[in-house]
Amino acid sequence: MAFSTPASPSAESIALKRSPESPLRETWKRFRRHNMAAISLSVLFALILLVVLGPVFWPVAIDNIDFSARLQGPSLLHPFGTDDLGQDLLARMLYGGRISLAVGFAAMFTAIFIGVLIGSLAGMLGGLVDTALMWLTDLFLSLPLLPLLLLLMYLFRDSLKAAFGPEVGVFIMIVVVIGGLSWMPVARLVRAQFFSLREKEFVEAARALGASKARQMLRHILPNALGPVIVTGTIDVAAAILAESTLSFLGLGFPPDVPTWGRILFDSKDFLDIAPHWAMFPGLAIFLAVLTINFIGDGLRDALDPRRVL
Amino acid sequence: MVPFILRRLSIALPSLLGISAVLFTILALAPGDPFAELANNPNVPADVSAMLRLQFGLDDPVWQRYFRWLWAMLQGDWGFSFASRIDVDTLIWQRVPVTLAVIGASQVLALAIALPVGVISAIKPYSRFDRIASTLTFVGFSLPTFFSGLLLIMLFSIKLDWLPFVYRADISATGAQWWWEQIRQSIMPVLVLGLFQGASWTRYVRSSMLDVARLDYVTTARSKGLRERVVILKHVVRNALIPVVTLVALTMPHVFGGAIVTEQIFRIPGIGSLLIDAILKNDTPVIMAVTFVFACLVITFNLIADLLYGFLDPRISFR
Repeated sequence: MAFSTPASPSAESIALKRSPESPLRETWKRFRRHNMAAISLSVLFALILLVVLGPVFWPVAIDNIDFSARLQGPSLLHPFGTDDLGQDLLARMLYGGRISLAVGFAAMFTAIFIGVLIGSLAGMLGGLVDTALMWLTDLFLSLPLLPLLLLLMYLFRDSLKAAFGPEVGVFIMIVVVIGGLSWMPVARLVRAQFFSLREKEFVEAARALGASKARQMLRHILPNALGPVIVTGTIDVAAAILAESTLSFLGLGFPPDVPTWGRILFDSKDFLDIAPHWAMFPGLAIFLAVLTINFIGDGLRDALDPRRVL
Repeated sequence: MVPFILRRLSIALPSLLGISAVLFTILALAPGDPFAELANNPNVPADVSAMLRLQFGLDDPVWQRYFRWLWAMLQGDWGFSFASRIDVDTLIWQRVPVTLAVIGASQVLALAIALPVGVISAIKPYSRFDRIASTLTFVGFSLPTFFSGLLLIMLFSIKLDWLPFVYRADISATGAQWWWEQIRQSIMPVLVLGLFQGASWTRYVRSSMLDVARLDYVTTARSKGLRERVVILKHVVRNALIPVVTLVALTMPHVFGGAIVTEQIFRIPGIGSLLIDAILKNDTPVIMAVTFVFACLVITFNLIADLLYGFLDPRISFR
């Protein structure tokens, strides 16, 4: 049903819009819709730039404890205020933001890597392999995500900390676990794309010319299947940022000396009545990052969706 | 219908087994024998510890331990909580109703938002209403539950002092007073979860409506001269809701995730906050059991959605 084509142009315009619209208006509307994604893209870019270059312009230590400046609101000295130890929140947020965003992107790449691998294996080989892999995908789809994340963090955190140090160990752990639990939609998408693409004429031509299975997959099918994968991947970044923030907010993500946005929020929640700014800034930062990424994903979906020929 | 139900059950049960195997594998791979807290206690003499290990079969092959654990779980013997000193199953069954009540209420709220808003948005796509609604839905599902919960607490509990922000399980009042207190303390958690879910469901409803509205039979219905209201409500909405049911089932794991966060923020004594408490106290039997209960709940809701799907779309159950 989702892939149906309109019976005729008129059927769609009557069904969806009461009055026919001029091409100019249509274009303007499309431009406006992409505009939201465009604005989001520049906001996200600014956010990333701020987080990456920020420490250069705001060289304040993140662990500079100053009890005379506890729980202060925003001021010139501390633009985002201070926490209960008098540490500068702007500096902490710039530092933590780098980790929060890095987790998001790294987890997305992990998810896409696993998803594309499993999806293309299932789609190319078919048969028993396909059945087994899709059963695995369905199994993973019905796993309770957050409880499992918590369980894995609980069981493996200490040994990874011992092996790689607290920061890197938890980072690897969180990225692998979030990526390893969110590859399923990508796998399904890639498999569906493979099924429809491998019967297309251009792949048949490649087959007739003697292209190996691997070459058909990598050169001909995969590039054509990438559109929806990019969209899903974008939204995965937002989901991963949310997942990391949730873990840290529950106190089970990064340790206290690694102030990711979720962790700052976790620390702030006992001081909501006297220091609301402490919760507001990291919360807004997470919200902004997730919102802009979701908008960009939506814009990409419109731009890359081949069935939307407006 | 009956063979269809049986077929669905025959899919659900292996997934449950698969999940239990995944859980047990994770536990077995984890360093340091989490179930063996008693046996590894330095205050316990070495020979007693060895006896305990033998008694609980901690050195048996993994698959033997798995089947023993599975058998015990099936018989309702879920172990003993290290921290609370009572049986795990009593602990969990005390708390499941609260979780289900909060989730249920918020799902009803989510549906009450998503259905009308999604349908009206799809009737006039890109109208002013649609644009405002879709911006708000984006805000709605980009606003993490932990932040919206804190925002509500700041607004309604601290600033306005209207609602309590700690959920109390032991309200002493009776009758109407009890219900009043209960509703007052449930408003914020239900809002947090319901708005988040409602936002993403609105998108599903809208896009599914748009997909259905351009099918030929809708044109036919219109050309028969049916009133617009009848076409939308009887022809489009009914069929548009079929894929929505599947999507809702697929988001169920996220719903339970959101419930954990919400329970933790408002200190609701449900199984989500039980899980967090257990993790903070290294209470492995409780952690395993709660994770398993969450898995069971997800599978149950998937099953219900599947059956509902078969009911809504008779073509499915005959295939």
